[in-house]
Amino acid sequence: MDKPDTQALAASRWMDKFGGRGKLIQILIIAFLIMVVLPLCADIFRLNLYGKYLTYAFVAAGLVLCWGYGGILSLGQGIFFGLGGYCMAMFLKLEASSPENTAIQSTPGIPDFMDWNQLTELPWFWQPFHSFTLTLILIVAVPALFAFLIGFAMFKRRVGGVYFAIITQAIASIMTILIIGQQGYTGGINGITDLRTLMGWDIQTDFAKYVLYFACCGALLLCLLAGQFIINSRYGQLLIAMRDQEDRVRFSGYDVANIKIFVFVAASVISAIGGAFFTLQVGFMSPSFVGTVASIEMVIFCAVGGRLSLIGAAYGAFLVNLAKSSLSETFPQLWVVAMGALFIAVVMLFPRGLAGLVDDYAGPVRRWMKETFKRPQPAPAVEKKTAPPASNTSPDSAPILSAQESH
Amino acid sequence: MTSPILLAVEGLTVSFDGFKAVDDLSLYVERNEVRVVIGPNGAGKTTLLDLICGKTRATDGSIKFKDTELTRLAEDKIVHEGVGRKFQTPSIYENLTVFQNLELSYPKGRTVFGSLFFRRTPAITARVKEIAEMIYLDDDLEKSAGLLSHGQKQWLEIGMLLIQDPELLMLDEPVAGMSVVERERTAELLNRISTNRSVLVIEHDMDFVKDIAHKVTVLHQGKVLAEGKMDDIQKNERVIEVYLGH
Repeated sequence: MDKPDTQALAASRWMDKFGGRGKLIQILIIAFLIMVVLPLCADIFRLNLYGKYLTYAFVAAGLVLCWGYGGILSLGQGIFFGLGGYCMAMFLKLEASSPENTAIQSTPGIPDFMDWNQLTELPWFWQPFHSFTLTLILIVAVPALFAFLIGFAMFKRRVGGVYFAIITQAIASIMTILIIGQQGYTGGINGITDLRTLMGWDIQTDFAKYVLYFACCGALLLCLLAGQFIINSRYGQLLIAMRDQEDRVRFSGYDVANIKIFVFVAASVISAIGGAFFTLQVGFMSPSFVGTVASIEMVIFCAVGGRLSLIGAAYGAFLVNLAKSSLSETFPQLWVVAMGALFIAVVMLFPRGLAGLVDDYAGPVRRWMKETFKRPQPAPAVEKKTAPPASNTSPDSAPILSAQESH
Repeated sequence: MTSPILLAVEGLTVSFDGFKAVDDLSLYVERNEVRVVIGPNGAGKTTLLDLICGKTRATDGSIKFKDTELTRLAEDKIVHEGVGRKFQTPSIYENLTVFQNLELSYPKGRTVFGSLFFRRTPAITARVKEIAEMIYLDDDLEKSAGLLSHGQKQWLEIGMLLIQDPELLMLDEPVAGMSVVERERTAELLNRISTNRSVLVIEHDMDFVKDIAHKVTVLHQGKVLAEGKMDDIQKNERVIEVYLGH
């Protein structure tokens, strides 16, 4: 009789690490929508587009951690999205540039744009991208290292707030200029194009597009789970605490800079994974996805979805992109204005984004459902083991981050 | 035998663009002593606490805590040495519950990975409850800290320091804005927690100072004007002139 109770307790403890049963159900709903509903409703052309939108959900989720929870606004997430995307593109480009495929070039075996720019040898930093394993490592390691360096330089010197935002934006701008300027090494403004195969497997067939779409969905769900784990740990509470009272955290014996560096690195890595899937699904990578405009759009995705909700941000990225492509197909000029208006509206009218709206309306509905369909609660049995019966809410069994629910 | 002096401040000077907020100041706090620092506005009281906890860096002089020189140490390392500091305005995490506020201050899982994989043990829960009881908040553990009254917020911040069990506790005007009842309870709390640690308090409320102080230091223009028992201080003519008189 005791056993199921302890099992239920262990299960609920385990779920609490990811934000409790409710959050996990919400992630399952996303999984169902993107992995079942969308593939059934859309043809492969549309699905491939949706896959592209979902790659922005990675970035938006990263921004929830770093901006929503950590209070660190980065206007340069395109840098990391781009780094991940370029790493993947470099691998695919090298594969597409086999000596047989490039026999007509003056130097066969190097990417076509290098040949056009009179390069006769593959630059050293392209060498690791011959190996797929190394590429996978670098997709994560390069943006992580770069974010670490930026974070270390800024946060150890207590640069924060709007200064940090401006600096990240400047870095995004520098990155674009660098990529465009170094055409021979990077493909310049056209980016890295003509990507056809992944380890001999044609990525432009419909079947490959399905596979890549589902892989992207899987990776997104894992990133959302990882994000849930982070914000529901003591570290996640520290982020909130630091956002509200940085000095109190510092004078409670924490190294605030390290806390910030980690969340910035985590956000960058998540963005980079999104970037890699972008390259795989779209088939090219170019500086326009790195720069300031792209980076600011990413912040808008996050703000619209709700900067305190990983799940909300994923919806936000998807929906804004959906609106963007349908609007920009019909009114190309209008879209930019609409995007700006949307951002202003979100900030002024519903600062917690879609997730906040859902919370406001779903909360009462959920409460009503609970009242109406009362179930016998296993809670008292749980309490006996963890807390004196006098208190009716035991901190042990309470969700670690109940404050989060009030957001 | 360990030295009876816990904190030795010697020749401490800090200058902001030529203005010396603290000027060649020396001060010694013994173990288990409650020391109150008083003085008119701008005397350098808060700056003194800022210097000890590392928020402001000294231009000259030394701050020795036990055998450690604090003037070069990073803020978080000073906390690890055993110095706790409460700010003048209550600095608590308003979006977290009282329980979470206290738990976050528990000295464990202070690194990034330590905090990511932090596990709450029964010992930690028990300690949080013990502290909550001490600061009169045991019934409000699950309350969001932002909803507490001003006085309760002050107590919570004291509790957040107590849970780290510091050897030196520094409080900047702990009873400012409190009701009479809250003041009394705070005095009682301070007397209770000072049995095995030193407390350095900045306060303006003379009745409260009388209730808690073992010894009083009067600062004026960044220097020590007088030091001694409260009764003697109140009779000191220079103190009356610059501070108590008005």
